[in-house]
Amino acid sequence: MGEFKVHRVRFFGYMPSGIRCMSFNERAERLALGRLDGTLEIFNFKDSFYQEKVIPGNDSRSVEAVCWVAERLFTAGLNGEITEYDLENLCPKYSLDAFGGPIWTVACNAQGTHLAVGCEDGSIKLFEILPEKIRFERNLDRQKGRVLSLSWHESGTRIAAGMLDMIRIFDVQSGHATHRMLVDRGVSGMRNHECVVWCVAFLSDLTVISTDSSGKVQVWNAAMGILSSTHLVSKSDVLSLAVSKDESSFVVGTSEGTVVQFQFLANILGGDEKAWVRTKTFKPHTHDVRALAEIGTAVVSGGLDTQLVVRPLLDKVDIMSYDNVLHKIHFPHRSLVSCAQKAGMLLFQFPAQLEVWRLGESEGRGKPGDTLFVKKNPEKLLQLKRKGEDHISCSAISPCGGWLAYSTVSSLRVYRLQCDEHVSISKVPKLPKVLRSAHQLSFSDDSSKLFAASTHSMVHVISLSQSECKHLHTFKPKSGSTEPVHLLAASKDGKWLAAANRGCEIHIYNLHKLKVPHCTVPIYGSCPTAMGIHPTSNNLLMVHADRQIFEYSIVEKQYTDWSRRVQREGLHKLWLERDTPVTHVTFNPRNAAQFMLHDTYMFCIIDQSLPLPDNKCQFYNQITLKSLSEQERLSHAHAFKMCTKYQHLLFLGLLDDESLVVVQRPLTDIASQLPAPVRLKKFAT
Amino acid sequence: MVASAEVRVARCGGSRINFIEPIITLDSRFLLCASGDAVHVYSTSTEERVHVLQGHVDLVTGLRLNSSNHLQVYSCSLDGTVKLWDFTDGILIKTYIVGHKIFSLYVSKFHEGTVFIILPMESSANTEAFQLVALHLPKTTGPEVEARDILSVLRDVSPIPKATSFGRGGEFVASASGLQLSVYFFRKQKTYRFSLKANDKKGARNRFTCVASHPNDDCIATGHEDGKIRLWRNFSQKKEYTYSTEHWHHSAVNALHFTPEGTELLSGGVESVLVLWRYGAGSKKDFVPRLGSAIEHISVSPDGSLYCTSHKDNKIVVMKSSRDISAIIQGLVKGETIRTDLLIDPRTKALVCNGKPGHLQFFSLRHDKQLYNLDIVQQEYIHEAGLHQCEVTKAAIDAQGSWLATVEERQENPEELDIILKLWAYDESTQSFHLNTSISMAHEGQISAMCFSGDAEATMLVTTGRDGHFKAWLLADHPDAQGEGASWSCDYVGSYHRREPTRCCFSADGSLLAVGFGEVVTVWSPSTWELLVTFSQPPGDIRDLCFGRLSCSKYLLGTTTKNLLCCWNLLTCSLEWSSTVDVILLQPDPLSENMAAFSRASGSTDLFVFKPSEPRPLFSQKAVCSGTVRRAVFAPREEVLEGCDESTQWLSCSRLYFLTEHMELMTFSTKSEEDQIIASSKQLVIDDSVAVTPFYLLLGKHRKSQRETQDSVSSHTAARIQLPQGSPAIRELLHTPAHVLPSASFLCNMFVNSLLISKSGVR
Repeated sequence: MGEFKVHRVRFFGYMPSGIRCMSFNERAERLALGRLDGTLEIFNFKDSFYQEKVIPGNDSRSVEAVCWVAERLFTAGLNGEITEYDLENLCPKYSLDAFGGPIWTVACNAQGTHLAVGCEDGSIKLFEILPEKIRFERNLDRQKGRVLSLSWHESGTRIAAGMLDMIRIFDVQSGHATHRMLVDRGVSGMRNHECVVWCVAFLSDLTVISTDSSGKVQVWNAAMGILSSTHLVSKSDVLSLAVSKDESSFVVGTSEGTVVQFQFLANILGGDEKAWVRTKTFKPHTHDVRALAEIGTAVVSGGLDTQLVVRPLLDKVDIMSYDNVLHKIHFPHRSLVSCAQKAGMLLFQFPAQLEVWRLGESEGRGKPGDTLFVKKNPEKLLQLKRKGEDHISCSAISPCGGWLAYSTVSSLRVYRLQCDEHVSISKVPKLPKVLRSAHQLSFSDDSSKLFAASTHSMVHVISLSQSECKHLHTFKPKSGSTEPVHLLAASKDGKWLAAANRGCEIHIYNLHKLKVPHCTVPIYGSCPTAMGIHPTSNNLLMVHADRQIFEYSIVEKQYTDWSRRVQREGLHKLWLERDTPVTHVTFNPRNAAQFMLHDTYMFCIIDQSLPLPDNKCQFYNQITLKSLSEQERLSHAHAFKMCTKYQHLLFLGLLDDESLVVVQRPLTDIASQLPAPVRLKKFAT
Repeated sequence: MVASAEVRVARCGGSRINFIEPIITLDSRFLLCASGDAVHVYSTSTEERVHVLQGHVDLVTGLRLNSSNHLQVYSCSLDGTVKLWDFTDGILIKTYIVGHKIFSLYVSKFHEGTVFIILPMESSANTEAFQLVALHLPKTTGPEVEARDILSVLRDVSPIPKATSFGRGGEFVASASGLQLSVYFFRKQKTYRFSLKANDKKGARNRFTCVASHPNDDCIATGHEDGKIRLWRNFSQKKEYTYSTEHWHHSAVNALHFTPEGTELLSGGVESVLVLWRYGAGSKKDFVPRLGSAIEHISVSPDGSLYCTSHKDNKIVVMKSSRDISAIIQGLVKGETIRTDLLIDPRTKALVCNGKPGHLQFFSLRHDKQLYNLDIVQQEYIHEAGLHQCEVTKAAIDAQGSWLATVEERQENPEELDIILKLWAYDESTQSFHLNTSISMAHEGQISAMCFSGDAEATMLVTTGRDGHFKAWLLADHPDAQGEGASWSCDYVGSYHRREPTRCCFSADGSLLAVGFGEVVTVWSPSTWELLVTFSQPPGDIRDLCFGRLSCSKYLLGTTTKNLLCCWNLLTCSLEWSSTVDVILLQPDPLSENMAAFSRASGSTDLFVFKPSEPRPLFSQKAVCSGTVRRAVFAPREEVLEGCDESTQWLSCSRLYFLTEHMELMTFSTKSEEDQIIASSKQLVIDDSVAVTPFYLLLGKHRKSQRETQDSVSSHTAARIQLPQGSPAIRELLHTPAHVLPSASFLCNMFVNSLLISKSGVR
C-alpha cells in the first residue's frame, strides 16, 4: 500500500476553552455556543453537527449568555455590553452598554420583540428589538442583589428572575414584582452562604423551575408564589437547566458533571394528575455542566471540560441513525495547523499566539512499525504574539517557509520569515488596502501568491516578493453569495484556485485568466469540510460534512467517472457513520491514484484504482488482509485503507520528502490541564 | 420385606421459615410463614407459635391472605393444591386440586374468585419455562374441589415469587425474568416488555432480582443484581417508558416492598441493612442496620405498623414502623455445610449443631424453636468473601449433659493451622454452658474424632488427631491453680504403629475404647491404657465405629471404605458377621439395640435398621432421599409411641433425624402417628383469640360463672356461697377504670346477681 516515515508530533499544546453557554435555534437547527474565552461557535445540527461558523473571541469581551432572536444572535457578558453579531462576516456587529454593571443573563420573549437582561446591580432592563439594532426601553423595578437568571412566560407578560436567595416574578406591564419566593439555603453547613439561583424556567402553566447552588431543583407555582416540590440532585451546584419544547421534561446539569432528566409524568397511567419525577441520570462530563440544551431528540451539554456532548434520548427516537447516537465534539472542525512542506516547518495557531516549529530528523531506516531514533529534536523556532485584543481567526505559512500570515477580525498581518542560522522575522509593511481581515488564508505552491478570503465570499490575490506585495486581483463569486469562505485550495501548477464557502458553494477561479470565474461546482446539500486539487490531473477532490466524497474535473467542468461511480455504488455504511468530519485532504505524489483523508480518530488512504467496498464486505480489513496470501489479498482489497493507530489527530500532511506529519493532541493531555473536578465520594475508596 | 408405606420420610420442623415471604394478618397480630410442608402461625408480639397448618404433602411455596375474608389464607404447594385455611382456628376449609406443581401464588383484591399461580409451562419440553396463570376457584361446596379452569396471563415468567408483583388496584401485573420486565394490563389485555442490557462498560449487572409495585401510583420498583433499584414509570408506552435509578446496595437487592400507603420503599440485601427510601424524594433514605444476616424477604403488615424481614440464617425479624424490633422468630440455622455431628443435649433433648458462624445452636425439635446459641469462637464475625473464618468443626456432649467439648479450627494455608479444644461445663444456676478449659493445639494436626466416655463417675474425653496420636483428657484439680476449680488436662497419649487414628468410640459403660487406625481397630482399656485386642478387615480404612448397646453390647461394629459392614464379637474376639454394603453413616440408637446404617446406592441413599445380634434388618427403605445423607441422629421421644407393629417398633422410643445433601432435616414418621396428629388438630378448639383486656376479663369471667351456676343448678349440687366482697365480678368492677366499663344497667343486673345467695346454698 505504501510505507511512510511518520513524524509523530505531540507538542502542539492546543487547549480548547471551556463552554460557558449555549442556545439552540429550533427553526434553523443551529446551536450557538459561547466559550469562556469569548469565542462563539455555531453548529449546524442538520448537517452532521458540523461546526459551521466560528466567531473568534476578544480579550475584553466575555460571553455569559447567548440568545437567538429569529436568525439574529445576541450575547451579553460581564463587560456590561450586549452584542449582536454579523454572522456573514463573523464579527460583532455592534455593542451596547446596558449601564447596569456586568450582565449575567439575557432572555428573549417568545414573540421576539423584547430582550431582557439581568444585571449585577439588580436591575432587569428591557430592550426593544428593532430590525437593525436594539433600543433600551425601560427598567423593571430594581431590586437588591444581582439577577443571575431570567425567563419569560410564554405570554410575554411575566418574567421570572433568579436572584440571590430568592426568585421574583415580575409583571412586565407594570414593572412591579408580583411574587417573591424565597429559596432555602440548604444544609446547615451552608447557612452562611447565599443560595444562588443559577437558572429559572417559566413554563406556560405558570410553573417556575429553579436550580440553585445548594444542589436543589425546585418546582414553584408562580400563580400562587408557593413551592410545589423540591428535588435534591447534587451536593454542589446545579448550574444549568433546559426545558423541552413541549414542556414534558427538563434536564439540569450539575457541577459534578452529571445531567439529570426530570419528566412530567402522570401518577396513574392515563390520569390527569401529573408530577415532576426525576428519571434518568447521565454523566457526560467530568467538570461543571455550564450549558445545556434540549433539542427534542437529544440533550446537548457542554461544560468546563471543553467537550460538547450530544446525547440522544432514545425514547424519543424512532429509528437509529447517524443523528441519533452519542456524539462528543472535542476539537474544532477546521485545521489549526499549517505545514510548510518544503521547509519541514509547522505553524500552530493559538487564540493569542502563533508557534513555528521545525520538525526533527531521524536516523536510518527501520522495519515498518519501528520507532526510529531521533537524531535532531524538533525545535521551536518562533512564538509570535498577536497584536490587539482580538483572537487570531486564521493563519498560514507558505510552503517554502518564508512567509507567514495571520488575521484577526480587525487586522491582517504578513511576515517575512528567515530561518537559516538565526531566526528573524520582519513584518511586511504597507499591505494593500483591501487586506483588512480574512476568513481564510492560503499560499500558492510556489509561495509567490497569498490568497485571502474576505467578506462577501471574495478572494484577494496578493503577489509576494522580496521588495513589495501587490494586490493582483479580487475574485468575486458569480452567485453573489455573502457567506464566508472557509476553505481555499490552490493547484500545484498555480493555475487554479478553488474556494468553498459556508453556503456550500465551491467556486473555481483560473489564476491565469483573472477576469472571469472559471466555473462553479454543482451545489451539494452538505457543507464541504476538506478539499484539495490533485497535483497532476487537476481534479478537485471534496469531502463533505456527511462524509460524501466528490471528485470534479476542473478542466472538463464535470464530475469524474470515479466520482460518479462512488455516487452510484454508495459509500460503506461504516464510513458514513464516522463520528467526526474529514478535515484535510492530501495526495500521494508517488501514486497518482491515491489520496489521504483524516478525521480525529483515523486517517485513510483511498486508492481510486481499487473497487469500492459494498456494505456486505468487511470495511476495516487490514488485519484480515495481512493474513491472506498475495493473490487472495488482491481479491479482497478495496479502495479504503484505514489507519487508526494515531488518535486525536489535528493534522496529517505529506512533506516534500514524502514523509508524513501527524499532529496529535491526546485527550488525556487536555484533561490533565483542566482544574481538578469537584471531589466525589466513590464507593469503596 | 417391610411395607414402607407404613413409614414415611417427612419434614419435621427445623425447616426453612425464610423460604417465602411471611405475611402479617390484617390486625397485625399474627405472622404466617411457610415452613416445609406446613404453615406456621406465630404471634407477632410474643414470638410464640400459635398454630401449625398441616395438610400439604410437599413444600409450601405461596401464602396469601384471602382478600374477601381477612381471617382466611390461601396457600399453595408443590403438591399441586391450593388450600384455604382459617388461620385463627387452624382449620382447613377447602382444597383446590390443580394437578401441577405450583411455584407461587398471588391474590388480587380486584379479581374476586380468582387467584394467580405460577405453573411450569405445559406442552414444552423445557422444564425451565414457567407461566403465570389465573386460576378460577369454583364455588362448589365440599372440602376438595378440582380447579381446572386456568387462563394464561403471562408466559416465560420467573418461578421466584418475589419477581412478580400486582400493581395499583390489580390493574396490571409486573414480572421480571432475567433481563426482561413484562407488564400485563388486565383491562387492555396487553403485555409490554422492557429489556435491559446484561452489562455495560461501567460494570453494571442488570439482571432483575425482585419487583414491587406502588400501591397507589403507577410505579414499579425493580431490584437488580448489582444493587441498583430502578423505579419504572410510564410503562404503558412501548418507547417513552422511563425509569430512575437509585444505588445504595453494593450487591444484589434481595427484596423490595412498598409500604401500604406507598410513602416508603423498603429494600434489603446481603448487607443486613433494611433501607427505607422515601418515595418521591429522590435518594433520601433511612436505615435499620445490624439485622444480623442477609435479608431475603421483606413484608409489611396491611396497616403499615409492622415491618417484617426474613433472613438468610432462618430468622424472621418483626419490627414496628418506629424501627424497634418487636420479635425475632428463629428457626434452625443451616449454613452451606455442617461440620459438627448432630448431637442431642441430654438435658433439654435439643438438637445441637453448627449454627451461625462460630456458634453452636441448641434447637428444640419438639417445639421447632431455637433454644439458644452458644458462642464458641467468641470472635467478631466479619462478612467478607474469601476470608478464612474460625469454624467449629467438632462437638461432643457427655451422657449427663454436664460437659460439652468443642473443637474450632482456622486454616489459612496448609502450614498454619489453629486448633483450639474447648471444654464447657454446664452451670445449673445460669442454665447454660461456661468455658472451663481452653487447650490450643491439642493435636499437631486436625482432630478427626472426639468422644466422651459413658462413665458417670470419671468423665473422660478422647480425641484423635491427624498427627497419629489419640489423647485422653481428664478433669483434674491442679494444685498450683488455686481457686479456679478443676480443669481438663491430658491423661494419656496413645498411638499404634504410627498409623493415623480416624475414629474413636467408647462402649456404653465406658470400660472399653475402640480406636480405628487406618484399617486396624484397636480396643483399649481406659483404666489401664492396655491394648486389649486388634481387629482388622483389610482392605479399606475404618469409616465408622460403634459399640452395640444393651443386650448387644458384646458387639463392635465398624464400616470400612471398601463397602464392608463388620460386626466383631468382643467376647470371642472374632468376626461375627460381615456384609457388603457401602455404609456412609452408622448411627446407634442410645435407647435400644438398634443401629441405623445409611448406604449409598446410585444417586440416592438407602436406610437399614438392624440389631447387631440379628442378621435380618428390622427395617429397610430404599431411596430415602436423593443424594447422600450428611448427618443423622436418634433423638429420644418424649413419650413412647403406642401401637407400633413390628416394622415400626424401632421408632417407638426414639426418632431418627437426618440431614440431606440440601441441608434439609428429615425424619421418619409412622402412619398411626400422623393420624393422631391430624385427629388432634381437628379437635383442637382454641381459646378465644380476643385480647385480654379488662373488659374481656369482666365479661368473660361473668359468662364462665354463669355457666357454672347453670351447671350447679342442673346438677343440684351444693355450690359454695360467694361472699359479695370476694366475688370476682365485684372486684373487677372496683378495679376497672370507669371509662372501660360496660353500661350501668348491665352491671347492675350482674351486681345484684352476685349478691344473691343461691337456693342450693340455703338448703
